[in-house]
Amino acid sequence: METLLNNPWVVIPLRVLIVIGFVLTMVPGLVWIERRLLALMQIRKGPNRVGPAGLLQPVADGIKLFFKEDVIPERVDRFIYFLAPAGFLIPVLCAPAVIPWGPDDRLTPIADVNIGILFLLAMTSLTVYGIVLAGWSSNNKYSLLGGLRASAQTISYELAMGLSIVSVVLLTGSLSMRDMVLNQQGSLGMLNWHVFRFFPLGLIATGIFLVAMLAETNRAPFDLPEAESELIAGYHTEYSSMKFAMFFMGEYASMITISAVMVTLFFGGWLPPLPFAPFTWIPGPLWFLIKLGVFIYFFIWVRATLPRLRYDMLMKLGWLRLLPTALVNLFLIAIILWWQQ
Amino acid sequence: MFGQILFGIMALVIVVTSIWVVAVRNPVRSALNLVANFFALAVLYLLLYAQFVAAVQVIVYAGAIMVLFLFTIMLLNLGAPAELAERFEWKRPITWGLALLFVIVLAGGVFARLGEAQPVPDNIGTVQMVGKYLFTDWVYPFELTSVLLLIAIVGAIVMAKRRL
Repeated sequence: METLLNNPWVVIPLRVLIVIGFVLTMVPGLVWIERRLLALMQIRKGPNRVGPAGLLQPVADGIKLFFKEDVIPERVDRFIYFLAPAGFLIPVLCAPAVIPWGPDDRLTPIADVNIGILFLLAMTSLTVYGIVLAGWSSNNKYSLLGGLRASAQTISYELAMGLSIVSVVLLTGSLSMRDMVLNQQGSLGMLNWHVFRFFPLGLIATGIFLVAMLAETNRAPFDLPEAESELIAGYHTEYSSMKFAMFFMGEYASMITISAVMVTLFFGGWLPPLPFAPFTWIPGPLWFLIKLGVFIYFFIWVRATLPRLRYDMLMKLGWLRLLPTALVNLFLIAIILWWQQ
Repeated sequence: MFGQILFGIMALVIVVTSIWVVAVRNPVRSALNLVANFFALAVLYLLLYAQFVAAVQVIVYAGAIMVLFLFTIMLLNLGAPAELAERFEWKRPITWGLALLFVIVLAGGVFARLGEAQPVPDNIGTVQMVGKYLFTDWVYPFELTSVLLLIAIVGAIVMAKRRL
């Protein structure tokens, strides 16, 4: 076992299998959890016919999507129309490669590169191409509007998100996500996490990241690119069958990835909330999953609670509220760090 | 060996996509070729161990600037290539001449100093090294560049909001 784990020809495919496999198998479960939770919050029953408690509903949906007719509208730009779903899903699946899911550095991350978080930012910023190109190539005005909204929204919120990430980079002194988790280790447990660092500055950075992560994944209340009441389904209006499923999978996979980034950057990754007996019995990856679950729940909870923002409100919130707050926050953290030296 | 094969492939991609950027008629495809070009360039940076530069290349050029380009192209719906044609015919030979001159100067510069080429130290492009040199040896050019960018931003706002 030990020699196997030291062989790069075994361990690297194993890492890829763990991360990609985990993200892809989480997607159907996540769809089921989301539908059931939304139903619970809206006093409905939700999917409860296929399998026990509707657990096999995602399987049924998957089978349905596989066997649906793949309708391609007549006047689309065929090459880009086919490229767009892949252009969306591939960066989404590449992004979790640098996230450490547990303390054992032989199993995750796939590559602990020294630009860690920058790689992740690069990949998340590329997902917008899939959406924009889908919107443009569909030759449909609603799709085009959805694509345009997605590109404007992603660029606006990436700045605030980047600045809140920079504050974590300042605290850690490294771009590697593994170092970021290890920097939150300490005798105080959860008080050492970046959320509670330099109270309330860490909390503000976390809040900015929280809002930006909803906007980056195009989730409610920032789901303007696919606002069904105005744009039918936005950028994926003209997509059907498995091409639609790729957008769908990509959206849920990016929810998982961005929640994992949140946990890693601000909530101590795999570290237990208190560093003594009953808490340390639970292994690190399980703690990671528990924290991940909290943020997945947050995504769904927000979707059930908040109405969609108007487009000008979205832009105003991004540029006039979040960005200045993030800048001032970063400045204050830098001053405290300089003063501490 | 692997690096050289990768370099060959990426160099080919860069040359082909660069030509397509100007040769393709559809502006959206042109922009997409430029994105592919930036990607291949990022891989070349990685081959030089410049991970930071590679990541910044993807984030800034592919992730931000080209998205804005695509946004503009789609917003204006630049579909008809006829509208993009140049009106002044005499510009064409001058452009060809200048391009040829550029290639000669570039190739001359490269081939004249080919013998002096040295392997790159493998920590040259890390965040630590880039940061260190930016804020010690190159701090004045760096700050001047930031002032230049600020001027460009102010200029853009003045031009856009002239009628306010």
